[in-house]
Amino acid sequence: MNINTTKIISLLFFIFSAFYLYTAYQIQVFAFDENAPFNARTFPIYLGYAGLFFSGLKLILPDPNTIKVDHKNLEYKKTGILILIAIIYGATILKVGYFLTTSLFLFTSYYFLGERRWILMFLLSFPFVAAFMYLLHGILDIYLRDPFLQSIGVMG
Amino acid sequence: MIEGILIGLTTALTFQNILMVMVGCFFGTIIGMLPGLGPMTAIALMIPITYGFDPATGLILMAGVYYGAVFGGSTSSILLNAPGVPGTVATSFDGYPMAQQGKAGKALAIAAWSSFAGGTLSAIYLLFMAPSLSKVSLSFRSPDYFALMILGLTAIAAFSSKGQFLKAMMMVVLGLMLASVGQDSLSDITRFTFNNMNLTDGISFVLVVMATFAMSEALTIILKRNDPTSAAKQVSLTELGSIKINKEERTKMYKTIPRSSVIGFLIGVLPGAGATIASFLAYGMERNVVSDEEKEKFGKGSVNGLSAPETANNAACSGSFVPMLTLGIPGSGTTAVMLGALLGFGVQPGPRLYMTNPEIFWSIIMSMYIGMVILLILNLPLIPYIARILAVPKNYLIPLILFFSVTGIYVMSFNNFDIYLMIGIAVVATFLRLYDFPMPPLILAFVLGGLMEENLRRSLLLSNGSWEFLWDRTLTACILATTILIVVWHIYKTFKRKN
Repeated sequence: MNINTTKIISLLFFIFSAFYLYTAYQIQVFAFDENAPFNARTFPIYLGYAGLFFSGLKLILPDPNTIKVDHKNLEYKKTGILILIAIIYGATILKVGYFLTTSLFLFTSYYFLGERRWILMFLLSFPFVAAFMYLLHGILDIYLRDPFLQSIGVMG
Repeated sequence: MIEGILIGLTTALTFQNILMVMVGCFFGTIIGMLPGLGPMTAIALMIPITYGFDPATGLILMAGVYYGAVFGGSTSSILLNAPGVPGTVATSFDGYPMAQQGKAGKALAIAAWSSFAGGTLSAIYLLFMAPSLSKVSLSFRSPDYFALMILGLTAIAAFSSKGQFLKAMMMVVLGLMLASVGQDSLSDITRFTFNNMNLTDGISFVLVVMATFAMSEALTIILKRNDPTSAAKQVSLTELGSIKINKEERTKMYKTIPRSSVIGFLIGVLPGAGATIASFLAYGMERNVVSDEEKEKFGKGSVNGLSAPETANNAACSGSFVPMLTLGIPGSGTTAVMLGALLGFGVQPGPRLYMTNPEIFWSIIMSMYIGMVILLILNLPLIPYIARILAVPKNYLIPLILFFSVTGIYVMSFNNFDIYLMIGIAVVATFLRLYDFPMPPLILAFVLGGLMEENLRRSLLLSNGSWEFLWDRTLTACILATTILIVVWHIYKTFKRKN
């Protein structure tokens, strides 16, 4: 059997399905429901077996359409940095507030992606977010939590 | 029906809704033009905006985005040979050669008129077909619905996977598994939450859509260095040429449009098929029916070769609304996203939508036609300017997509956990995309997961746990037979390709 990344993904999916199936069997159902034709664990159990079946087939059958990914041409570093910035953005958005974190997220993302036109970077972060906030909060009446703007009295 | 049409017109022709169709068409065109970003991403990005509207307006906006994105995909196919969406790949076969001959403006105009005609004709078909199908679908029982969902999931796996049926089926199972997280709808027993309170209500649909489409699309673009700006340098606006279509070209289009619209609509109605298959089939059929002299021009800038797929893909867009509106079962990934948004509004599409919310039902149908008119009025004169959008640098585009994705989740839950979960799912989805694991089957399965379990539950309880319900009713048996036929046909095709 030719081992390639698709097969490894299938193997991971097989293991995941086995874990899912094990967890499905552990679902606690009401005593009166235990022997019912259908209870809370029935559908997940079928899904677990379906996952094992399809990933198992993918594992054992030959794969004529092997996907070759040239890892040298992939921008892992930039993608990783962007994901990290997004995680920091997610971690701070509630405490700091929507306006400041979103503007900083956009500004730093532009910077790490190689942009150096500072005025455009600024315009497409702080004023852009302010306009978007006005659209959501001011016009469409969608609540946006922002402790920072509330602390300086801009938002009620 | 006349009353319904009037209700639809009254709702669709309000100032706010016309404005929404215009905004939707405009932004859809822009997003659809950018290679790699399709209608699903465009609609997903619009979800946070629709929170502030009533269901009819929200859906009208999304329908406008859908049509705009499909048209936008054609523009990048013609100008750059880089289809923004799979449904416009066939457009590039003759559109791009035409652009290379200095007739880019003409090619874009043919695409715009064909899209308009295809969309208009299919909106008329929809107008007549949807109400009668609604009445028929009232006779559907739980086993029929369950079988229909199996058919939809199998069909989307077979059609969207390009020879990777097993991968698509794995994605279907993964989508159903994700949908099973949270409280069981009947007993309220929590499943797969691992004592995490944030998972008790299940994983939000918007989160999964944003993660698997918008966010992972953005990460894939960065990862693959798929730079739209480098391609955009090839576009010279002075080379667009005239957008006028002469009499001979018009005559050719008159013949192509009706037949391609019928194919497009019928393919669109089938669950799992959609614009891509419709456009390829229409292209293939057109090539078979034209004269030998015209056949020679195919692939070198044929008017028929460009008009056929453009008509069919727009007709398929309207067709895919039929199963969504009448059965509550989306026919494609894009309509699955729209169904999820409708459920978010508290509207349950299905046969009863026609009676309980006629203003939504009819306003969507009417706004489709209005959307077509606006798309034509808006896009035809703006072609030279719209082409400039292809030069948007990814350095700005990617952070903006990520920002819209996070905002969508933030305004919905105000919860850090959801943002982390979205990033986690997006990273996994990006990795899976690299190895050609299709995402539309995952989304369709995620949307249908709850409904599927509910219908299976009812069917099994009614038949005392026996699986005989699958062949007890003729309709159920027919639907399942179609599913088996699709699988057998797919296996046959795979073996034929290998040999």
